[in-house]
Amino acid sequence: METIFCLLHTDTDGSLPKAALETLGAAKSLNAALAGSTLVVGLVGVDVQSAANRVASCGAKKFVGAAGADFAQARYATDAAAAEALCRSVLATVVIAPATSRWSRVLPGVAQRFNGRADTHVTGLAVSGSAVAINRWYYRQRMEAQMSRTQRPWFLLVDPGSQPAWQGEAGVAAVEAVAVNLPEACQRTTVTGLREPAADAQTIRPDANLLFVTGAGWTKKQADGQTHVPEAEKLIRDFLNLTRASLGSSKSLVDLGGEGQAVLAFLTHLNQIGQTGSTPRHPKGLSTCCHGEEPHTVGWRFISERRAISLDPNCGWARGKADVLYVADAFAVMKRVNELLAQKAG
Amino acid sequence: MSSAFQIVVCGSLVPDPLQTLEPVTGPTGPALKNEMMLPAVLDPWASHALYEAANLAKKAPGSKVWLVSLGPKAKLQQVMMTVAQKAPFELVALDGPASGFTDAFETAAALADAISAIPGLDKSKLLVFGGWESASRGAGVTMQVIGERLGIVDQFQGVDELTPNPDGSFQVLERIEGGRHQISRCAGAPAVLGWATGNLPEPKNNPQVGMVNMRTVMPALQKAKPVKVGAEGVTYASVTLPKQQRETRLVKDASPDDIAREIVEWIRQ
Ligand SMILES: Cc1cc2nc3c(=O)[nH]c(=O)nc-3n(C[C@H](O)[C@H](O)[C@H](O)COP(=O)(O)OP(=O)(O)OC[C@H]3O[C@@H](n4cnc5c(N)ncnc54)[C@H](O)[C@@H]3O)c2cc1C
Repeated sequence: METIFCLLHTDTDGSLPKAALETLGAAKSLNAALAGSTLVVGLVGVDVQSAANRVASCGAKKFVGAAGADFAQARYATDAAAAEALCRSVLATVVIAPATSRWSRVLPGVAQRFNGRADTHVTGLAVSGSAVAINRWYYRQRMEAQMSRTQRPWFLLVDPGSQPAWQGEAGVAAVEAVAVNLPEACQRTTVTGLREPAADAQTIRPDANLLFVTGAGWTKKQADGQTHVPEAEKLIRDFLNLTRASLGSSKSLVDLGGEGQAVLAFLTHLNQIGQTGSTPRHPKGLSTCCHGEEPHTVGWRFISERRAISLDPNCGWARGKADVLYVADAFAVMKRVNELLAQKAG
Repeated sequence: MSSAFQIVVCGSLVPDPLQTLEPVTGPTGPALKNEMMLPAVLDPWASHALYEAANLAKKAPGSKVWLVSLGPKAKLQQVMMTVAQKAPFELVALDGPASGFTDAFETAAALADAISAIPGLDKSKLLVFGGWESASRGAGVTMQVIGERLGIVDQFQGVDELTPNPDGSFQVLERIEGGRHQISRCAGAPAVLGWATGNLPEPKNNPQVGMVNMRTVMPALQKAKPVKVGAEGVTYASVTLPKQQRETRLVKDASPDDIAREIVEWIRQ
């Protein structure tokens, strides 16, 4: 009989991140499909009551919480202690948590404390026979496995955006407080703040409808034998302003910065998509001046509709990686795209 | 001047990302087609960890770097031919599978044992580095488990920057959601850091560094301990390639104006 423990943390404002509601949805579905299982919800944060109330009607048998100022910061030592105490208190056998940066840092280590196991980047949960089975990708999204395990507790980190969010009424939840032992050694690290680009320079927008990818072609010599980097920069910025798309990049383009070449000032490694970059989820993606090589396109695994503009009709996009490849000059096309978008906006 | 660190970088080998990979069923479970024939590279994020370790060791005199690597011995030897030219380190080699389908917990147990067995290791100076995810299993699990096994509860993942302070403490930048970094201050070693890309370009091959490294790399490979790592308790029901092939519509010889119109319409749908 599995005890399915949906382990959530609050955001700094006490609310639940979207990924938490998605994970709860997955935990609930698993609970419904798995005969004899029970669902328990655990919460960690400064104050967890309002978050518990938000999901009060989810059908959990009980709610447990670790609350206090120590859990204001996303710090390994204190978060691990809280997660450990909560899992112990409910004798969790399957722990389902959102793969936020906060839980991803911590939960594999917590699994080790129980001699349990952790699997991450979970994109699907199901019951196969009478056992829990999960889907996850291997070799950077190149192949997908369905697997199950005998070890318990089994910690599952569910990829944000892979599950529909739980929807239900708020209410009043009775939260059982769990004490967490925090020795002084837990305080050796202090989170001192966040570094983020100014609001107008923030180009990574996980909730955007469109991923706009720029490749090294934007900085290469064009038909006239010249580079046109300032022009490229303006076209890209204007497009982002007009569409609020999220900006991705190929590795070659972001690496140019480290090599001291003229590059687009607003790009960093955080924008990089692919093998050694990110694998974002957006309904649509538009690639420009990028060759569509495999180490790049593995980062497009979860982009549903894909279009690309490249001068090269034999680039990777042409070989089944995009729905549409426009063989054209991206400078000319994007200039016109921006004009049309501006007209429609005006 | 900063205090000295003992930096142990955990990094294995993975197939060159430019290779096409195909899953097959091997004698012990899923594997890659022609796995032993595929050209391999040092796991990319672990490579960044190695470059950052070498850079930190340079900044903090008296520091030393080890590279602990679990992989098939013959392949490790191939990969070390280039890696050894990138940065000074002492190799600790473990002979075993580097497959993505082995369990992170078993790999972590072997690596933690190997780290504990490094002669003269001083835990009060220990920084355990690695990639925040491998390019094989892609789990982001191994480093945390190693940390727990070594009793280290100052852990950081998705690290892009470590700045040491003269008193031995350091500041860490970790990637979090939405293109942001979380800034932390840690009182000092021991700590575990799973690196993302960091800030350093790949170092050029330096044959002199290679020669010095090779003096320890070859003996380390010769005495590489065989370790048994698998995926006990795991059942793989299936491993499949995605049905990714799309019917690409090629639009050639259309005017920028027509293409722009089509794209704008598509974006607005
Ligand atoms: C270990 C490893 C990890 C890697 N990880 C990643 C990763 O995470 N992400 C990643 O992206 N890559 C990664 N790569 C690199 C990858 O193999 C490619 O080298 C890289 O993606 C190429 O970038 P690009 O397509 O922007 O540049 P290029 O290959 O230079 O292609 C530029 C393209 O722009 C086109 N172009 C030029 N001008 C125009 C114009 N005016 N209009 C339209 N098109 C134009 C050209 O035709 C060409 O197709 C990795 C490689 C290795 C070895």
